[in-house]
Amino acid sequence: MNVFNTALGLVAGLLASTVYASDTPAMSKGEYLTRAADCVACHVVPGGKPYAGGLEFKLPFGSLYSPNITPDKETGIGNWTDDEFVDALQKGVGKDGKHYYPAFPYTSYTQMSREDILAIKGYLFSLEPVKQMPPENKISFPFNQRWGMMFWNAIFASNERFVPDSKQSAEWNRGAYLVQGPGHCGECHTPRNIFQAMSTGNSLAGAELGNWMAYNISSDAKYGIGAWPDDAIVSYLSKGYAAGFGGAGGPMGDAVEHSLRYLDPADLKAIAVYLKSTPARSEGIPRPSMAVNDSALQKGLGQKLFNDTCVACHQIDGSGRQSPAGGLAGLKTVNDPKGRNVMATLLEGHTPTAAQVDQRMPDFARSYSDAELAAVSTFVLRRFGQSDGEVKAEDVAKNRASALH
Amino acid sequence: MQKLMINGQEHDLDVADDMPLLWVLRDVMGLTGTKYGCGIAQCGVCTVHLDGQAVRSCVLPVSAVAGRKVTTIEAVGEQAVGQAVQKAWLDHEVVQCGYCQSGQIMSAVALLQEHPKANDEQIVNAMSGNLCRCATYTRIRAAIKSVSQA
Amino acid sequence: MSESQTPAAMLSRRGLLKGSALLGGLVIGTYLPASVTRSFAADLVKGASLGDNAEQGYGAFVRIDHSGAVTLISPKIEMGQGVQTGIAMMVAEELEVPLSQITITEAPPNAALYTDALLSFQATGGSTSTRYSWEPLRKAGAGARIVLIQAAAMRWKVAPSQCHAENGRVIGPNGQSAGYGELVDAAAKLPLPTEIPLKAVSEFKLLGKPVQRLDTPNKVNGTAKFTIDLQVPGMLIASTLTCPVHGGTLRGVKNEDAARKVPGVRDIVRLNNAVAVTASNFWSCQQALKALDIDWDLGPHAGLNSAQLDKSLFDASAGDGVFAHQSGDIAGALKNASSRFEAIYEQPFLSHSPLEPMTCVAHVRADACELWVGCQAPGMAQAGAAKVCGMPVEKVVIHNQLIGGGFGRRLESDFIFQAVDIARQLSYPIKLIWSREEDMTHDRYRPHYVDRLNAALDKDLRPVGWEHRIAGASVVAAYIGALPADGVDGDAVEVAKDPIYTLPNLQVRYIRHDPEVIPVSWWRGVGPLRSTYAIECFIDELAHNAKVDPVKYRLALMQSQPRAQAVLTKAAQLVEWDKPLPAGSGRGVAVTAVFGSFVATIVELEKQGEKGLRIKRLVTVIDCGFATNPTSVASQMEGGTLFGLSAALFNEILIEKGQVQQTNFHEYRQIRMSDAPPVEVHIVDSVETPGGVGETGAVPAAAALVNAVYAATGVRERRLPLSRFGYFTV
Repeated sequence: MNVFNTALGLVAGLLASTVYASDTPAMSKGEYLTRAADCVACHVVPGGKPYAGGLEFKLPFGSLYSPNITPDKETGIGNWTDDEFVDALQKGVGKDGKHYYPAFPYTSYTQMSREDILAIKGYLFSLEPVKQMPPENKISFPFNQRWGMMFWNAIFASNERFVPDSKQSAEWNRGAYLVQGPGHCGECHTPRNIFQAMSTGNSLAGAELGNWMAYNISSDAKYGIGAWPDDAIVSYLSKGYAAGFGGAGGPMGDAVEHSLRYLDPADLKAIAVYLKSTPARSEGIPRPSMAVNDSALQKGLGQKLFNDTCVACHQIDGSGRQSPAGGLAGLKTVNDPKGRNVMATLLEGHTPTAAQVDQRMPDFARSYSDAELAAVSTFVLRRFGQSDGEVKAEDVAKNRASALH
Repeated sequence: MQKLMINGQEHDLDVADDMPLLWVLRDVMGLTGTKYGCGIAQCGVCTVHLDGQAVRSCVLPVSAVAGRKVTTIEAVGEQAVGQAVQKAWLDHEVVQCGYCQSGQIMSAVALLQEHPKANDEQIVNAMSGNLCRCATYTRIRAAIKSVSQA
Repeated sequence: MSESQTPAAMLSRRGLLKGSALLGGLVIGTYLPASVTRSFAADLVKGASLGDNAEQGYGAFVRIDHSGAVTLISPKIEMGQGVQTGIAMMVAEELEVPLSQITITEAPPNAALYTDALLSFQATGGSTSTRYSWEPLRKAGAGARIVLIQAAAMRWKVAPSQCHAENGRVIGPNGQSAGYGELVDAAAKLPLPTEIPLKAVSEFKLLGKPVQRLDTPNKVNGTAKFTIDLQVPGMLIASTLTCPVHGGTLRGVKNEDAARKVPGVRDIVRLNNAVAVTASNFWSCQQALKALDIDWDLGPHAGLNSAQLDKSLFDASAGDGVFAHQSGDIAGALKNASSRFEAIYEQPFLSHSPLEPMTCVAHVRADACELWVGCQAPGMAQAGAAKVCGMPVEKVVIHNQLIGGGFGRRLESDFIFQAVDIARQLSYPIKLIWSREEDMTHDRYRPHYVDRLNAALDKDLRPVGWEHRIAGASVVAAYIGALPADGVDGDAVEVAKDPIYTLPNLQVRYIRHDPEVIPVSWWRGVGPLRSTYAIECFIDELAHNAKVDPVKYRLALMQSQPRAQAVLTKAAQLVEWDKPLPAGSGRGVAVTAVFGSFVATIVELEKQGEKGLRIKRLVTVIDCGFATNPTSVASQMEGGTLFGLSAALFNEILIEKGQVQQTNFHEYRQIRMSDAPPVEVHIVDSVETPGGVGETGAVPAAAALVNAVYAATGVRERRLPLSRFGYFTV
């Protein structure tokens, strides 16, 4: 190594010792809860100002746009009183008295205490106001009649605060509060009934979310996360993957990116403890075994493409030799007979900004045809899963055309 | 501080955990034989060996290789297979611009170490992750075959 | 030192080839134009080719030191085409030294010495290297040999004719022997020979033999240094984020503190349309650029998209433009035609995407600007860099380097100017490395073209009139600032106005239509590739229209082109063209004469499912005249064929909101080993003057592919790439 290289190494070394991540000052309670509630996930558009809203939600009955929740007085919530803010989160009623659609998870936030909600408000009001008016909602009749939400709320929204269970540990109660309240896990992971409300008798049993599948996260060992060690759950929530168990993609990847990775490890452990105590739901996609299927290895388009573009990270044995984050074996994703998350990841990629390089995956939508993406998805399902799954070119075409946001 | 075993030598490097191995090799250690092409594991020019297996160093955080053996193009010729492949590359006049060839050779050596008698299909499977814009694939195949049939 | 290259003096690569008005006088028929003689003379007049290391003794091409070591100052840059080995072979052949005795160094920018007469400026491109070098470089070697022999003869007091040279030594009549190194001082004082006879092909010992390239050993062990690998004392790495919208500018940068906290970061530099960060390593540059909050002024093109560009070009292509060629009476032919056949072909914007992204090492000091960069046009780089840093041209020093893929991209100097712009604001040298994303979204693209062809057919459905409209951006104008007075882009209409087919009534119109803001440039195969695609698809359609075998149909129209006929016949023979293939399989052919060479390529493929294509066989026959190094010729044809197929199958640069949508290889995929079989190359044995091969292989590939798809599926695609219509390789 020449002198110059040594010097370079030294410079890099000196600077590396001031780690920039740890530079962040300790988070306030308000910021912490805002993170835990993942407000930014919806109140931002890609590339836009955080909390300034404008994100489109394509729902079966039209499009909704998230509002601006920065303290701008004109376009944001700068004029809101404490009571108005609390009502919004607990009752789903806005400053103007209009009812929110439950795309806004007040059905979960209602569990939060007034004190916690006001901490969130305090944090939001500490931010720089952004002047940005969200687009008008485009909802078709009769769903554009917001007063109808009153009846919906009467049936499906509880407007009740979280009450700790004295028979359970403090850790369990903390986990339950985070899951049911700010974390609003059930909003995606609990199937919805025909009224778009979370099904109470089937909590956390998994549900479809656009092109994605939010898996069963109940305590069931086969279908849920009951067999995951606590540290696997913590790893999943904090890093976005748990080798051999799961990888957080799509909306869950966003949840890790914007929310969960900021939580204390103790809180994540509490979430794990609580989830593993929930009623077991035996439905959805079972976990596959780690065994790979060699009979899937035959000349064909799927394997060709896997070798061309996937194998460098995932490896032909699905071990993700490159890094544990690239492991495919053991993931529910490869055992879904419809291959929804395989397809969705191929179409949308996995590029959270905070993820390390070994967790990132480009999308392949632009330069690979429906037939090719279907073939490689099917190869992945057959090679690493046991559901004998198949993805057809028509499925890719359909999912290509629609996206959650 | 990262303790790395590169080309048989131990190095203690004070680099950030998440820095990809590629840039540690190139910009910190000055081992520039390993190239940058895409940064997303789609071209293969950054291929090195991690415990003897081909990996893309552009998407490999340096923390993930701690305690494992890294071999780069600069040292692969010290192994018998590496030497045979480098010679085959010259005998078959594989190289055009040469920029991707470090990665091609590393992939080929890993293949031949695992399958010394690699057949056509195994060659294509193992080499299709490595792009060559000069498209020297015709000669890469021939060169690998000459080693696997030797 | 150098006569600087003013833009006016820099002529298009080939625009002038056939005597365009701008340059005047350079006609392709005159093989050795004046400037070549001049550069050769400059070499010997100074006694240069024999000098020692002294600066004034620096020869233009060949230098021999006291140890007898030969340095070849290569006017051509090595980017994988094997040209430096080819040139070294020319020198070695005539100088009578073993190839191993020659070391190659890159020529500095110097228009007086290194102007390529076929290109009219100092550059590597256009498949001209071997063609240009063939005479002057052999003469440089032979001239040096003659004076060395004279020097020895004087020493031994014998007649020069009694001596001969071999293996780096002069041998006398009585067995005397002297190494070249011992003779250089005496030889340098001798007057130049006025006549320099060259060996006949039959006397060649080295030329024409497959020779291992000189630059490859270092490329298999990681020691070869490309620009991206260079290290200069005190240097930091620089990387940029350029406004994603073409034509946009930088308004401001916020959040600098966060960027500065990234380990290793030194400076944040503002440029007109970009932000640069310098750091100890590339990774830190990227992290810091990500941390910045950049405010762009997106400029006037933020609404531009491909649909608009497509439409405006398509509409323009129906216009009349200017005449590039007229012979016979096209109007009469169309009027009297028994029938007509029309077709429109489209070829998309393409990126070069060499695997080594744009990279340049720059150090701007008070007294000089020093650049280390692999570039195809050093003179242009030098002149432009001088402007950016406000120095006289002679203060800009360029050390040319190995190129990690050119394909035309490194004929451009935009990234070099950007490096200079950054370095002039800093006190230390930088190595600017573009990320792949920068490289792909800020390339200078092969233009989108529309070709409209209209044939007047006789009763036998053979063309008697041929009308060809070519519409697209002018690369020549983009490169040198203007078109000649006739308004014709000589590159764009090449081949089209001089096809291999005998067409009594031929009219070629050129319609210049530059895309809003999207920069365009040369791309391997250049205009001849575009023309060949349109013509060879069209002629194939005409053959099928006439229900005549496409090979026979072509041969009948190529009576005046025996070399083209020969390559086509040979290719057909190699694939057993007359043996029918099973249903669902097909062969497609294309033949053309480009860059002084003749080439025919045949693609054989099988349809799998609705849109799957399994390419089963690729055969290409090349007649490039005398093949200096047959191995290099074969390599270029193999690679060029696949390079052409890669783009035809997969590639298209699209624009949305003024931004290039393809950012990396997952969106701009390239042919892989699994996509195609090995390429079979046949080189025609010939003693004709060498032709070019660097671009030639790429030229017929797309047409042969599309014609094969038709043969296998019955579906005729006219627009590239095939992936646009859902085709993929199996």
